[in-house]
Amino acid sequence: MIPEIGHFSLIATLFIALAQGGLALIGAAQGHAAWIAFARPAARAQFLLVVVSFASLTWAFIAKDFSVAYVAENSNSRLPLMYRISAVWGGHEGSLLLWMLMQTGWAYAVSRFSRQLPDAMVARVLGVLGLVTVGFLLFVLLTSNPFERLTPAPIDGLDLNPLLQDVGLIFHPPLLYMGYVGFSVAFAFAIAALLAGQLDSTWARWSRPWATAAWLFLTLGIALGSWWAYYELGWGGWWFWDPVENSSFIPWLVGTALIHSLAVTEKRASFKNWTVLLAISTFSFSLLGAFLVRSGVLTSVHAFATDPRRGVFILMLFSVVVGSSLFLFALRAPKVGMGGRFAAISRESLLLLNNVVLAVATGAVLLGTLYPLFIDALGLGKLSVGPPYFNAVFIPLMIPALILIAVGPVANWKTAKLGAMAKHLRLPAVVAVVVGLVTPFLLGRWSIFIALGITLAAWIAASVLTGILQRMRATRSGLLAQPRSWLGMHMAHLGIAVFVVGVTLVTGYETEQDIRMMPGDSVSAGGYDLTFLGVRNAQGPNYMAEVGDIELSRNGQVLRTLHPEKRTYTSSPMPMTEAAIDANGLRHVYAALGEPLGDGAWSVRVYYKPFVDWIWAGCILMALGGLLAISDRRYRLKRRNRRTAAPSQRTSS
Amino acid sequence: MNRFLWPLLGFLVLVGFLAFGLTLKPSEVPSPFIDKPAPGFTLPQLAAPEKTFSPEEMKGQVWLLNIWASWCYACLQEHPVITDLARSVPIVGLNYKDKRDEAVAWLERFGNGYIVSASDTDGRIGINYGVYGVPETFVIDKAGFIRYKHIGPVDEKTARDTLLPLIRELSR
Repeated sequence: MIPEIGHFSLIATLFIALAQGGLALIGAAQGHAAWIAFARPAARAQFLLVVVSFASLTWAFIAKDFSVAYVAENSNSRLPLMYRISAVWGGHEGSLLLWMLMQTGWAYAVSRFSRQLPDAMVARVLGVLGLVTVGFLLFVLLTSNPFERLTPAPIDGLDLNPLLQDVGLIFHPPLLYMGYVGFSVAFAFAIAALLAGQLDSTWARWSRPWATAAWLFLTLGIALGSWWAYYELGWGGWWFWDPVENSSFIPWLVGTALIHSLAVTEKRASFKNWTVLLAISTFSFSLLGAFLVRSGVLTSVHAFATDPRRGVFILMLFSVVVGSSLFLFALRAPKVGMGGRFAAISRESLLLLNNVVLAVATGAVLLGTLYPLFIDALGLGKLSVGPPYFNAVFIPLMIPALILIAVGPVANWKTAKLGAMAKHLRLPAVVAVVVGLVTPFLLGRWSIFIALGITLAAWIAASVLTGILQRMRATRSGLLAQPRSWLGMHMAHLGIAVFVVGVTLVTGYETEQDIRMMPGDSVSAGGYDLTFLGVRNAQGPNYMAEVGDIELSRNGQVLRTLHPEKRTYTSSPMPMTEAAIDANGLRHVYAALGEPLGDGAWSVRVYYKPFVDWIWAGCILMALGGLLAISDRRYRLKRRNRRTAAPSQRTSS
Repeated sequence: MNRFLWPLLGFLVLVGFLAFGLTLKPSEVPSPFIDKPAPGFTLPQLAAPEKTFSPEEMKGQVWLLNIWASWCYACLQEHPVITDLARSVPIVGLNYKDKRDEAVAWLERFGNGYIVSASDTDGRIGINYGVYGVPETFVIDKAGFIRYKHIGPVDEKTARDTLLPLIRELSR
């Protein structure tokens, strides 16, 4: 009975979303106050209904109701409660329901935190979001209903994919979807502004915190996914340029361009068309990612079980949403004015350069990801594009981007003086070169790659610190008295520096050994000794494990015993690797069991990964920077006199 | 021409490719051996080297040829699935570039569902079958024609959704 309630709630949501999409948009166009007023309560009702629906599915998992096909496919009576709950989004159908929960949740948030916006604008934004919800709900209800029943009900379920039985996975999809779906809000603001013909700096100010919020979730989601792959897949790498990883990274790159471009549009009313196009693109690439992952057009370790009907449907959804948006853009963009003019050297021009670099990087990643598909479609053969291409193209593109990070914030709007900028940047430049040249010597092996990476990271970090100190001195006030959005920007840039340090040092100094070990054998990695004591059997709730005992010591002193595991889940013949990691913030000693080689010998992977935590710490800093920025008080200030603001700023020139 | 139409045009081209991509199956690498007679061979049997095995002996039944080796990690991954499949269809193992004692020990340890395994010690027969990664699995029909080739470990889904329906159809 409860699954039917969930199913029914989804159907009800569909009708409310349909009514909201129609009434709110027509109402806003024709000025029907009653229809405009319908938008907010409709958004809240949709969220409430999807919460009911999501709760019903969760209940079916908790209560082990295997008569629901999706529950039977993705859980098992011996699956621990924590994973029975996360299994709700462990498969295609449920993860779409999670997507819907987030979609309506963001719309709910817009309905709550939009009191300072004109009602017609809110109605347009919520109307667009309502139409997106309609598209996804049709997808769920027509092709991917998670509430479908099985008759007769099986006695037990198949089990959740063992790869997904992990703490990282509990949070990875929700964070990622919060990001993907969150960009639909910036998208809806852009479409609403195009519909209203009211593309101005107020529009940019309204959408900025929403874009930043989505960006910070996406940052965390990608970082968590990277961390999960690092220790759960047992490969020891943190990024593989896998098509599915790329399809989350592409919206991130465009989203990063968007949050920078929005700053220009808000402050200087420049780049309006470009910013709108970025807002459309960011959400479009999120949809493209959903298509690539769920349609099976590309092969990947992440791919969901695919079904051609779903591929066709989601491609149609993608075409309608993006095609109509770009069509609207082509109609309205020619009438939008140029906005504030700026000199060749100014913060605008530097941010434009940032946007160009990010756009080219996006194009490069997109091309590499879709290249196998293009070649196959043109009948030229089958191939795959791997890390060598991406590293060769992407890393050189990031070097100018990293240099620019320090230059942008010291440039003035409109026109900047090179001399003044040089004065600000002289100290960071000296610090960067010295730190960059000396660090590789201290760490034992000098290479141009490491020196370059550390120089860039030090350049950014030093410019952030001097920037903050100079401003504190100039304003004669403390760190916390500075505007939060300004502090957030610096914190996010510092996050990039930390990330670059992590990537550089782990790539430069990591050691990876894949060796045969007999009980009693030792191996050394990064100054530590690992002694293999043997492997014993252990029993988990729904798996059998072979647990290795590996003693970690340094200079003869035993530090601890690592327990890497190899698990065989009752539901799957694929053994799962659980790596054991000794981490202290500056390095990981990583041990994973390979396969048994007979006579008690095992192949063992021993990795030494210096500074690998800094990669994820950098991402967390970036996300915290985003959080600081959206908590800035100016976003909470009531816009004064909203009635007069709207018509007078209509763009016509 | 309105320059703001370019994004839309680019998008339409992309959608065209994506739509075409839906009709393609990226994981299926075409094999020139499909619908050709399975290359013949006579090889010593793994368990009893004095006896030989030849595909001729399987004429009249649908069978699987599974290329495996004790040094191959992915073979261990697919092994439970292969053993399970062996209950519905005769499976012949082609023990590829392996040492006999290690291969025998591997089967003893992990179970042996093969009706017989043939030793292709130097990998010569594997070349005739176009093997480029172990494991590979061929479906061969009653007349001795190769009907399907699976590259990489066979998982439960492939066995259930692809191999078994095909075997059932060919057995008719």
